[in-house]
Amino acid sequence: MRRTLLIATAEIREGMRNRWILGATSVLTLFAMSLAVLGTAPIGEIKAGAPAVITVSLASLSVYVVPLLALMLSFDAIGAEAERGTLLLLLTYPLTRRQVLLGKFLGHFVILAQAVLTGFGAAALYIVFSTETVIGDWTVYGAMLGSTLLLGAVFLSLGYLLSVIVRSPATALNAALGLWLALAVFYDFLILGLILAEDGDLIGGKLIGALLHANPVDVYRIFNLGGSGAAAFVSGMAGVSGFDATSPALLLGIMAAWVAVPLWAAIVLFERREV
Amino acid sequence: MNAVAGLAIDIKAAAKRYGRDEALHAMDLALPEGESLALIGHNGAGKTTLLKLILGLTQPTTGSLRVWGMPPLEYKAQAAAGVGFLPESIAFKGHLSGREILSSYAALKGAKPGQVRELLGVVGLGTDADRRVRTYSKGMRQRLGLAQALLGTPRLLILDEPTSGLDPEFRRQFYELIGQQQSLGATIVLSSHSLTEIEAQTDRIAILQAGRLKQLGSLEDLRLRSGLPVRVRVVTRSGGGNLIVAAIGDTYRCEQPAGDLVQIWCDRDEKVQLVNRLFEQAGEHIVDLDLIPPRLDDLFTHFVDVGPA
Repeated sequence: MRRTLLIATAEIREGMRNRWILGATSVLTLFAMSLAVLGTAPIGEIKAGAPAVITVSLASLSVYVVPLLALMLSFDAIGAEAERGTLLLLLTYPLTRRQVLLGKFLGHFVILAQAVLTGFGAAALYIVFSTETVIGDWTVYGAMLGSTLLLGAVFLSLGYLLSVIVRSPATALNAALGLWLALAVFYDFLILGLILAEDGDLIGGKLIGALLHANPVDVYRIFNLGGSGAAAFVSGMAGVSGFDATSPALLLGIMAAWVAVPLWAAIVLFERREV
Repeated sequence: MNAVAGLAIDIKAAAKRYGRDEALHAMDLALPEGESLALIGHNGAGKTTLLKLILGLTQPTTGSLRVWGMPPLEYKAQAAAGVGFLPESIAFKGHLSGREILSSYAALKGAKPGQVRELLGVVGLGTDADRRVRTYSKGMRQRLGLAQALLGTPRLLILDEPTSGLDPEFRRQFYELIGQQQSLGATIVLSSHSLTEIEAQTDRIAILQAGRLKQLGSLEDLRLRSGLPVRVRVVTRSGGGNLIVAAIGDTYRCEQPAGDLVQIWCDRDEKVQLVNRLFEQAGEHIVDLDLIPPRLDDLFTHFVDVGPA
């Protein structure tokens, strides 16, 4: 454990120096603050408080930005170390390959979590201090923050799997962008297409439900924008909330599986890989 | 498994294949503790593969390999801290300083923090320790890599092309450092391309070609086995050169690159006889005389061209 933490610390220190942390934090803070400033001035009668409004805005943004940041952090995690020769060196140290991979993963997770917490924290603080009466439930916001970290971990884990499978960092970058496009963008086009095509028949509906629960990005969306709370009302998903009755715990479980399985696969493949 | 007494590395018929590519053919190699060995060979001769096998980074396809009597996985788990390694090409994280990098490797190896400062001084990076590594020259990076390899108290030092990028002054210091480590009991395996540089630096030399161990022995052993002639270089007063060639040109191969310079080749066991004869027949004309045994370059070319050992 101590050695895993040492690897994680080195990763964080490097992240701080090469301005990755600064860049990622600035991007997220900028987006979150713009949404907080613009999004908390809704016009018209609304059944929700400021926390619910900002939760929906941030969650809608996070489904694109957080996976992309996570993949950019992790796509060359192993490949770049191999290219630099430092991987070969680390593996001659009293360390297992599992410790190396988990340590780096942990370091990258801390970097990403720090960026998310700073950005979303700044937005929350702005709302608290700028809105005179804050009504609504901050637990929704807290749940969104937690699930955003989990979403980040999912894509870090996928990035690690890529970095173990694809040896060249340049190819891994293309694969990472492809993966992001597929899961965060095109997957929903596919589902939209299916919704348009199906004629309200039961099998089609079930298929769409299953597909929505198979993609971690959509699971995140259902978790934060669906349900029956105020957020669903704001997000416009209140209409479909009856359709979805999956418990929040199960949704988080699906996301946790999306962290664990690719990470486990990355470890197994890394342990077998010739260096 | 008990250690074979005194052997740091014991390789028996170990071969390594990557797919259909035979990187290393069945090889035997035993290295006693405290000995130093240089691996020489062209690119692709199998030097790095052999080093990786010794380091436990890869497993032999067939045959066996023991380090301190233990198979690779066992020694990786129990004694990895006793190994110092310098990879052929290494680029440390450029945004960190030399001191930060060395400290983090020291922590991973369980070396004393005080050793970081000491080693930075030993490799001549004391004053540059707090600069970012990306501002370092190639030689400085190589020296940082070397400091890293010396962390802890390595019982086995594996150095892949350790002097590439080093300036001549630090090369000399490098071999002194390696000599110190050896006198402390460390076993040393290094690979190199620069043959003239390492010829007198290690106890034994292994010549590899296309994944096979062609020769293994001390420089002297290799000279004996090669049967290559000794070169006698004679500088004479004017006219002496012609005299020498006339006197011994029939018995020995002679060359006269300049009027007062003659080079003569003879078998090793004839050299004393030849020198006696030179002094008998042209002693008063000789100004200077050198006996030049075959260099490692010559031996390498000889063994690599001559065919199997």
